Amino acid sequence: MADPGTLKVTPLNALHRSLGAKMVPFAGYDMPVQYPMGIMNEHLHTRAQAGLFDVSHMGQVRITGKDAAKQFETLVPGDYQGLALGRTKYSLLLDDNAGILDDLMATNRGDHLFVVVNASNKDADVARMRERLKGVGIEYLEDRALLALQGPAAKKVMAKLSPGSGDMVFLSIRELKIAGIDVLATRSGYTGEDGWEISVAAKDAEALAKALLAEPEVKPIGLGARDSLRLEAGLCLHGNDIGPDTTPIEADLAWAVSKRRREEGGFPGHAIVMKQLKDGVARKRVGIKPEDKAPARGHTPVADMSGAVIGEITSGGFGPSVGGPVAMGYVATRHAQVGTPIQTIVRGTPRPAKVAKLPFVQPNYHRG
Amino acid sequence: MRFSKDHEWVKVEGGVATVGITSYAQEQLGDVVFVELPAVGKKVKAGEEAAVVESVKAASEVYAPISGEVTEVNAALGDTPALVNEDAEGKGWFMKIKLADPKEVDALMDAAAYKTYIEGLH
Repeated sequence: MADPGTLKVTPLNALHRSLGAKMVPFAGYDMPVQYPMGIMNEHLHTRAQAGLFDVSHMGQVRITGKDAAKQFETLVPGDYQGLALGRTKYSLLLDDNAGILDDLMATNRGDHLFVVVNASNKDADVARMRERLKGVGIEYLEDRALLALQGPAAKKVMAKLSPGSGDMVFLSIRELKIAGIDVLATRSGYTGEDGWEISVAAKDAEALAKALLAEPEVKPIGLGARDSLRLEAGLCLHGNDIGPDTTPIEADLAWAVSKRRREEGGFPGHAIVMKQLKDGVARKRVGIKPEDKAPARGHTPVADMSGAVIGEITSGGFGPSVGGPVAMGYVATRHAQVGTPIQTIVRGTPRPAKVAKLPFVQPNYHRG
Repeated sequence: MRFSKDHEWVKVEGGVATVGITSYAQEQLGDVVFVELPAVGKKVKAGEEAAVVESVKAASEVYAPISGEVTEVNAALGDTPALVNEDAEGKGWFMKIKLADPKEVDALMDAAAYKTYIEGLH
């Protein structure tokens, strides 16, 4: 565990403490894992109403210049040259073995790409961009905070504090004023719910958070519920479910490899991705539903019904909305079909489970 | 009632100790979603892992505060693990252990000493 004295803080650190948050070190930052409400209720509140998350530890980067999209495509398998103005697309930073260095969201802002990357990888990501991308500017936005407002009541809150924002569709961006504060908001998130991710000047972050928290539907939500929400939504956590040792095809993220890019290539690991698309892969990321009440957590071995190990859980825990344990992990492809009976080996004891369809909860995105 | 440094409580009646985790421990854990209990008849040693308690976030070991043989476990925790949050030092008990050495109980803290101990953790 990191020395608390060396931890970085977000612009909302004082607010978290005043709200009674339990703080933990995460990706080098002092972050709220939960508030007095507790992870279970924070999770359920987000699915029922709306939650406010501080995700200011994530990296915000601007890639500028007329070749921004074309250059960016040399690092990722997404079609960014074909991405409409004001639209956001999920993609993956790949290495030459098609290993996943990070996952990210990048938005076409006209004269630049606006990219949001994971906290744990942001320094390495920016270094890679600076090293690999030619004739473009790489601007790391130090002075911006990032807040996420997530949940079915998010649109009601936004209709009140930011009239006119309601017609934004899932994965689009717009400059807005929320409670009079200038922000750059994307209709997206990491919970499976409708909502916005809101980039704001660090100096305005606390005022914005307070304005949102003043609405009765909105409660502050910590990293604990953020993890259980994204797990139920079937969304990968880089470092757990995807990483340099997994490819997009193994991770069941082939949809993130755009059609044009498959044909044209020009991203790291293209040949490996194409071979795996054609020949298949030996293991696949799948949903795993334990059939009893014992959570199967990360690194739990997965076995077939004869007891032979066929894979490993990469993320697992209790899903408050599911009302039981949920997990995802990698299994040998011959066992990857939904419904296949498998066993998890929890502390040495085999427990019954099934390969399950992801997500565990139906997404509630606003697709317009 | 006596208390261990690992936040278990022990209540002895007729040579049998009822064991659970303390109110302080359940508060630190948060919402309990699963409890793995030992098999009845299992012999446990003081300080060894005897059960596992899981919150939404993580799994934590529960240590036997005293040595002996498990004579009964709280079956109600199977369906209602939240009993640990609702009544940690009562209905949320984990197991009963037939004491191998009653003197081990004396080595545990009394309520006042445990209170001082947890205050020192902050």
